[in-house]
Amino acid sequence: MNEQLINILAGIVATATPLVIAGLGETIIERAGVVNLSLDGSITLSALVGFIAALAAQAATGSDAVALLCGLLAAALTSAVIAFIVALGGITLRQDQVAVGFVLTMLAADIAQFIGQPYTGQLGPQILITPIPILSQIPIIGPILFRQTILVYFSYVLMIGLWYWMFRTRGGLAHRAIGERPAAAFARGTNVNRLRYFYTILGGALVGVAGGAYSLSVKAGWTTPPNMSGDGWIALAIVIFGGWHPFRVALGAYLFAGLRALAFAVQSSPDIGIPVVLLNAMPWILMIVTLLLVSSGSIERLLQILPRSVQKRMRNFLRAEPPAALGTRFDPE
Amino acid sequence: MKKPSLGLQVGLTILPIIVSLAITAILIIAAGADPRAVFEKVLEGAFRNSRSFANVLNFLIPLTLVSIGLVVTFTAGLWNIGVEGQMMMGAIFMTWGALNLTLPEPFQLIAQILIGMLGGGLWALLAGILKTRLGVHEIFGGVALNALANVLSIYLISGPWQPPEGGSVRSTVPFRPESLFTVIAPDFSVSLFALLIVLAALVIVWLALRGTRWGLQLKATGKNARSARLLGVPTTRSALSAFVVCGMLAGIAGTHRAITVYESLRPLASGGIGFLGLLVVLLAANRILLVPVITFLFAVIVGGSTRLKIALQLDSSLSGVLQETLVLMMLLFAGVRQRVLTRRDTSSTPEASPSTPAEAAHE
Repeated sequence: MNEQLINILAGIVATATPLVIAGLGETIIERAGVVNLSLDGSITLSALVGFIAALAAQAATGSDAVALLCGLLAAALTSAVIAFIVALGGITLRQDQVAVGFVLTMLAADIAQFIGQPYTGQLGPQILITPIPILSQIPIIGPILFRQTILVYFSYVLMIGLWYWMFRTRGGLAHRAIGERPAAAFARGTNVNRLRYFYTILGGALVGVAGGAYSLSVKAGWTTPPNMSGDGWIALAIVIFGGWHPFRVALGAYLFAGLRALAFAVQSSPDIGIPVVLLNAMPWILMIVTLLLVSSGSIERLLQILPRSVQKRMRNFLRAEPPAALGTRFDPE
Repeated sequence: MKKPSLGLQVGLTILPIIVSLAITAILIIAAGADPRAVFEKVLEGAFRNSRSFANVLNFLIPLTLVSIGLVVTFTAGLWNIGVEGQMMMGAIFMTWGALNLTLPEPFQLIAQILIGMLGGGLWALLAGILKTRLGVHEIFGGVALNALANVLSIYLISGPWQPPEGGSVRSTVPFRPESLFTVIAPDFSVSLFALLIVLAALVIVWLALRGTRWGLQLKATGKNARSARLLGVPTTRSALSAFVVCGMLAGIAGTHRAITVYESLRPLASGGIGFLGLLVVLLAANRILLVPVITFLFAVIVGGSTRLKIALQLDSSLSGVLQETLVLMMLLFAGVRQRVLTRRDTSSTPEASPSTPAEAAHE
């Protein structure tokens, strides 16, 4: 495989990473039956707060490693607080989760714009690539997957760990149960609402890490308007496309980043002759098309074209059923 | 159920306002400014003279139009986030009319408004078809369609509709005088006609939701789509009609905004007004008669905030922060209120909670 292609694929893995982390964070939340619609604003504000914290820590300690760690923690904390408000509003105060999430996404984005101005264009610490000793020597796979930043490795561990947790452990069973059948989980002695708080805040913290992954790595620094805005909505769509399954969510993020890289590559070589307008429209058309693909009605119609033998396998692959109790309240009384 | 004391009622209504003002004040202090100065500048920015008050009204007009439209979609249980793109599409279609039609004085503008309604309505219909026929949730369909409308506007402005002198991605050529609204006075550039459209929309939608079969079917669809369908309500058609009505009103809003503020088509001409409309309707708890009160308040805040940058070097996104904190606190305190009231009521008959749009949007 030629070197250029390997570089492109490695770049896709790197740029997909914030989407993977945010998508997995939201998967954790939605599997528990809560919708956190605040992703777009959360990621933006976390990116800014993470960047500011990293700058401050760098100035105070002079160590980039400490600064980056502080930045990521501050970013995680920011989105965890936002997710806590979603849980507070949706669970304890019994308001509509979509409404609370929508207001929060706008609020977080506006706060970021308000406090972000002075940080525009400043240089800050950046997470460097750390090749993994032996694995990075494997031909082809090594440079693509294992010559990356620590955050990328974190995303691998996260996706495998989350899959194992959700489908191979008792705790994971309870996690899915409170999103599918909260009443049954309650009857078995699970404290549904307390667990929902826990997973919402945990998933929120991961969304924050995704924000930090932008401002400290993938799109280092801060710009006005923020250059990652819109990605939170895309991450939310990827969760649906991924059928709330860790591997499929991650796959969705990689596919998306891949198509975006392709569009960018085509855009920068004018001789191919695809109009720029189409390329700018691409992510959003993709978003609609992918959601179309996983909606049950469209799948059935599409499957009719395929030979019968493949139909069942395709159906199982494409089907994406949301957790049955997603976005609903649970009252133990 | 025992009625809670008046003090408690009033307290729980005022508290969210106080808390949101306090949060905004803290942010202002953190940014190194004086909250009192900000307050004065905002009022000055809104009411300083007839010109500044005209700006407030010219913001009020599109905001009220989209908010009225959103009351319709919320009643049908729909989260029409795509309203922003529907405004943009209205402005784009209207611009086609402005650039390609030549009609005598009043008909030119009327034709443009109608074409703008068509654009907004079609874009909303697309969101509706995606939702009802193809299973794409209106929030995601809407977000994508918003972005697509923006992409289209940038393409048109930098391509086919580029001014002849060329090179600009900023705007189309300025519209001709026949394409503009007739204003009340040169230093009070508000159109009486536009204000009347808003008033008419308010009254018509209010009456239609209250007293027609269509309004009833929308409510049934919004409350419980499945039972409504079983009872013979054409829920799909109901939802689509709500989208189209909202889209048409957003189309007028986009038309008004492009004509009044820019006298041309610019990228992002919708300026977040659609999203703000969603906040208005959440704050109004879907009660249409509260809409003009809240839109006026919001228009004063937004219109006044334009002074902040010049006078205090503060970003005008502060107005958004205040509005969004207010809506967030209202939502949270509505929950506190329900909890307090049910706790006081020991006989534990659950209080029928007011039907917020958010509640209605739940299927």
